[in-house]
Amino acid sequence: MLKQSLSKKRKRFEWIMKGMMWLSAGITAALVIFLVAYVLLRGIPHISWQLLSTKPSYLTESIGILPDILNTVYIVIVTLLIVLPLGVGAAIYLTEYASNQKVVSVIEYAAETLSGIPSIIYGLVGMLLFSNNMGTCLMAGALTLVIMNLPTIMRTAQESLKTVPRSYREGAFGLGAGKWRVIRTVVLPGCVDGVITGCILSVGRILGESAALLFTAGFAHALNGVIDALAAPGATLTVALYFYAKEQGEFGVAFAIAAILMILTILINFAAAFAQKHFAKRRKI
Amino acid sequence: MRKNQVLEKAIHGIFLLLGLITVGCVLLITIYLVISGIPAIREIGLWDFLLGKQWASTAAEPKYGILPFILTSIYGTAGAIAIGVPIGFMTAVYLSKLAPTKVKSAMQNAVSLLAGIPSVVYGLVGMLVLVPGIRKVFNVPDGASLLAAIIVLAIMILPSIIKMSITALDAVPKEYEDASLALGATPIETYFKVSVPAAKSGIATAVVLGVGRAIGEAMAVMMVAGNVPNMPDSLFQSVRFLTTAVSSEMAYSSGLQQQALFSIALVLFLFIMLINATLNFFLKREKE
Repeated sequence: MLKQSLSKKRKRFEWIMKGMMWLSAGITAALVIFLVAYVLLRGIPHISWQLLSTKPSYLTESIGILPDILNTVYIVIVTLLIVLPLGVGAAIYLTEYASNQKVVSVIEYAAETLSGIPSIIYGLVGMLLFSNNMGTCLMAGALTLVIMNLPTIMRTAQESLKTVPRSYREGAFGLGAGKWRVIRTVVLPGCVDGVITGCILSVGRILGESAALLFTAGFAHALNGVIDALAAPGATLTVALYFYAKEQGEFGVAFAIAAILMILTILINFAAAFAQKHFAKRRKI
Repeated sequence: MRKNQVLEKAIHGIFLLLGLITVGCVLLITIYLVISGIPAIREIGLWDFLLGKQWASTAAEPKYGILPFILTSIYGTAGAIAIGVPIGFMTAVYLSKLAPTKVKSAMQNAVSLLAGIPSVVYGLVGMLVLVPGIRKVFNVPDGASLLAAIIVLAIMILPSIIKMSITALDAVPKEYEDASLALGATPIETYFKVSVPAAKSGIATAVVLGVGRAIGEAMAVMMVAGNVPNMPDSLFQSVRFLTTAVSSEMAYSSGLQQQALFSIALVLFLFIMLINATLNFFLKREKE
């Protein structure tokens, strides 16, 4: 009844807006489906055991991405190992120690600024700061990524530290524990979930990063052990993709890497969603 | 007892240092960019650098004008916003207000996935789908163009716009909407005339975030924009952005050319700082 009494103008507004919403949501959904399907369909046929388990060879004129996979794994591990203590420490300072509100807001503003800086600028500064001193190598790339991921780890750790009830701390203080002991035994275990979520997000970011690594970690495809690899230039999967597609026109290999990255991105998204759900449930109990 | 106090103080100090690392990083980045960006600007001249229409860094008589890059970055970002914001905004209204819960959560996962796809993958798909597509549809000699970059950027900023807008729209008090419905407005009218205005500063934040992402994107744009330092006179011209200007010559540059690249990075950095300041302004207003 109500619908029929609407004036023509109002009805038109209804239909236009509804139509535009449907159209936009449809476009977004179609985009995601197309991107995932296209990359997987074009990439998966090119993934072979030989591609995954060898390095590029001029002798057999074959391309293998094992060095790139290993470089990616190394850089993820090293970056996380360095950024975790720094980020969690910063979060602990902000929630447990800082009493001066001005200091807190300066630190938070700095973190916000860091997360807004585009990766190409990180790449450039990383080149000036690290690569010019230690040479183009994975370690320089990892250090650059440490600065990039610091805000993410700091923020997620901070969020979860805030959920540790004040009464836990007060109880521990009441039993005579010093501040450091309280942090070690009561506060830190409480922020494990935030740190795990932060790690998942950071791994996603590191996997997808390319512009910051181009000039810091370089683009070699040598097969090295961990220690040698950190001191030598090396391409991660994304950088390798860029080179195979843009410089060498090897689109088959590029799509194979893209498919691998897509599968990893999907897995990481699931992991992040699962972690958030899991921890939210635990918090309620 | 004494020993304990010293230990506590030392630990306090360590955490303070860790806390100040972010501040240190920001200062370090700013100082390094300014120090390495100023010499070339001084040598070329500020106005010749910013407003020069020609970039020929490897010519016998090198020219270092970055106006083409600045304009390309501005046009590219504006284009991406013009396409991405309406689609993202409408999607967000649909997901926040109309969509069934299942659709909403499925779409939110899809949007997160879109945000997580590495930019080189966007570049690759753009290179092989978008660029040939533009060449065929518009009948131009080369599809690697400003238009291709705009479309890729529009897709890449969608997730941030949708996510931020949904957060803002979800936070609108239900009482506002109930009041509007009770006064006889239809649900759709309520969403667009009550909810959206109530969420407007959140939506503005989303747009600014999108601007920041679009102006800072390098790799995807590098793969689809053609990378020739033309003035962006038409949508079908092969162009170079501020970001890609830095990355495309960095590998083989030296001397004044390299310093000029640092100066470009400094200009880009100033743009980003301006956007960050705007973003903070909106975020603060949002909180209040």
